[in-house]
Amino acid sequence: MSIRIDRSRCSGCGACVRVCPGNLLKLETESSGEKKCAVRDCRDCWGCCSCLKECRSQAIGFFLGADMGGRGAVMTVERHQSISRWKVVRPDGTMEVIETDARSANRY
Amino acid sequence: MKKNQENACRRGDGDIAAPGAGSAKRIDCDVLIIGGGTAGCYGAKILSERNPELKIVIAEKADIKRSGCLAAGVNALNAYITEGHRPEDYASYAMKDAAGIARGDLLLTMSRELNDVTEDLEKLGLVILKDENGKYATRGWRNLKINGENIKPILAAAAKRGKNTRILNHINITRLLWTDGAGPSGTRRIAGAAGFDVLEGTFYDFRARAVLMATGGASGLYRPNNPGFSRHKMWYSPFNTGAGYAMGLEAGAEMTTLEMRFIALRCKDTIAPTGTIAQGVNARQINSRGEVYEDRYGLATSQRLYGTVEENAAGRGPCYLKTAGITPETRDDLYRAYLNMAPSQTLKWLEDRVGPDEANVEIEGTEPYVVGGHTASGYWVDSKRATTIRGLYAAGDVAGGAPQKYVTGALAEAKIAALAISEYLEKQRNAGERETAETNRADEELRHQADAEFAVYRRHLSLGAGSASKTGAEPAADLNACASEDRETLSAASAPADGARTPFFDVQMLEEAMQKYMDQYAGGIGSNYRYSQAGLQTAKSRIGSLMPLAEDLAADDAYQLMEIFQLKERLKVCLALIAHLEARRETRWRSFAENADYPNASDNWLKYVNSRYENGRIKIICRPIVRAGENYEHQN
Repeated sequence: MSIRIDRSRCSGCGACVRVCPGNLLKLETESSGEKKCAVRDCRDCWGCCSCLKECRSQAIGFFLGADMGGRGAVMTVERHQSISRWKVVRPDGTMEVIETDARSANRY
Repeated sequence: MKKNQENACRRGDGDIAAPGAGSAKRIDCDVLIIGGGTAGCYGAKILSERNPELKIVIAEKADIKRSGCLAAGVNALNAYITEGHRPEDYASYAMKDAAGIARGDLLLTMSRELNDVTEDLEKLGLVILKDENGKYATRGWRNLKINGENIKPILAAAAKRGKNTRILNHINITRLLWTDGAGPSGTRRIAGAAGFDVLEGTFYDFRARAVLMATGGASGLYRPNNPGFSRHKMWYSPFNTGAGYAMGLEAGAEMTTLEMRFIALRCKDTIAPTGTIAQGVNARQINSRGEVYEDRYGLATSQRLYGTVEENAAGRGPCYLKTAGITPETRDDLYRAYLNMAPSQTLKWLEDRVGPDEANVEIEGTEPYVVGGHTASGYWVDSKRATTIRGLYAAGDVAGGAPQKYVTGALAEAKIAALAISEYLEKQRNAGERETAETNRADEELRHQADAEFAVYRRHLSLGAGSASKTGAEPAADLNACASEDRETLSAASAPADGARTPFFDVQMLEEAMQKYMDQYAGGIGSNYRYSQAGLQTAKSRIGSLMPLAEDLAADDAYQLMEIFQLKERLKVCLALIAHLEARRETRWRSFAENADYPNASDNWLKYVNSRYENGRIKIICRPIVRAGENYEHQN
């Protein structure tokens, strides 16, 4: 279980670096001079997805390690006000989208 | 961080010259809260409401917005007094679940606050499910259904609103500072703490009149369920490393019931919660033959786990929660419920293309944790949550004696502790200032204590591959951002240097060794949670041999320095835990503390096993049970 950073999407804003409850992220300066997010050690991720929620450009993808049955699907989340739009893309290109609303309580 | 430091300057904090090299930031406040999780944030809110003039500082290792146990969210409040029940009922339930080893006074005082803090949470913005009459919809007789995805940002925002509350994010506290009264029985009094900025490397010297310890419990002591790539996919936060226990032990504070470990029953692999399925859709525990087995072992928290362990050991595993057959609509609700607290489980269902309506959900026990929010492990406190060190209070997972706290119980304890701190400071003020000479002498002693801790930081950093000392320069570890425009930071000082020595071991190696020894000799997953007295002796010796190795670990930057301290904290907690396991010569709780040499419960052990760290050894103290209706105050 861990995250992958899509550096082409990363704006280098540092929001994920600040929010990670394990201080697992850092900003690295690329040869172009641009700052990009990097994971210190991908084995240390708890899977809380705080960084996904904080990222405004969906540059962070969440995946399950092979030791947990992961097969390469990647999850991202886009947030607009109370709505979170969770997107799971499988390696074969198929996709599932689930929306959650912060105003609705869990029914179970 | 930059913002924090700007705040610090504006509020007039100064640098202090530390003998030796460099400087550290000195921060004076009335109340220092160590850890800005559930209890820490709420404690700050209550304190500031009670007395807005109090200078409150939260020192948080990460960022309070998502730090602690609630990072991903939570989808139920598991401790609430529903209509027709009384606080006494909840206290009685928790006491019974702990087989009599809990504090009657702590459970009752906590239970009395559960509904008030719940209403307060709702006012702060938490969404709680209501029925058609506008009353909270309940799950069982003590649970409420919520949308808790944003519960931590809500608590963080409440803490930030305090008039004189400062949030210092990314500050890792490693040591308490204290003064001792005159004479052999002189009162030890809390006076502050020492730590460092995890991202920027600045050293911090906090002075406070009272301290609220709210660091949470300890994970990562034992080899985890997924020991490889997904090693941090565990139930409890892998970033809760037992710092509060370790600092308390070092300061001589008394701990209780560490031997009552917590082992969660969870969804296989993802280690996601099972309560949502078990209670939400009434899924029963079944073995691979489809037999419902939970009734055979009992329904206490530890018995539900024990049953699963036994079924597996008897060859009737894997075990499952029977969900197959639920409606597609229920399945979709579960997908959303898990996204609001444990997104990995929803991802797993979607990735597998097999949901809980089609396949039962496999379950397993986690590695053992020390966590006072679920069991009775932690600081030995009085009914006001005062520890055995004057001015040091504890709340949440770090505080002992009150199991089954969950979120609302942690808030309740934070409230009780905050109100007690306010009262304590008031009394102190009325008692008048101490003699100036004594204050000066104390200040010198405290500076000495902080410097000793900074020296440990410098030592680890000086062993680092690229430390400044290797290049012949002064250690530039702790430069204050306010002091200079072109500030150097700890990380910047870690440029590669010639002649860097390669340290013999690194943090990972020692952590793996610790987790292996605990797993094999102190009742981890690999030994079905059982241990023997002889095995515990081996564990004690092996953990003891790792401790000096940890002192020689090298840090290249402040983040690595934090990793070293996390390991050292865990090792100290392991040592105390082993002593507790060894002391309780019975098996009162299946799996949680299963002593193969003493496989039955004994009335002789209807007492608390407490401990203090004295002269490098864990000293065990047994104390009589504080029953329902009784009250406990510190006397010795």
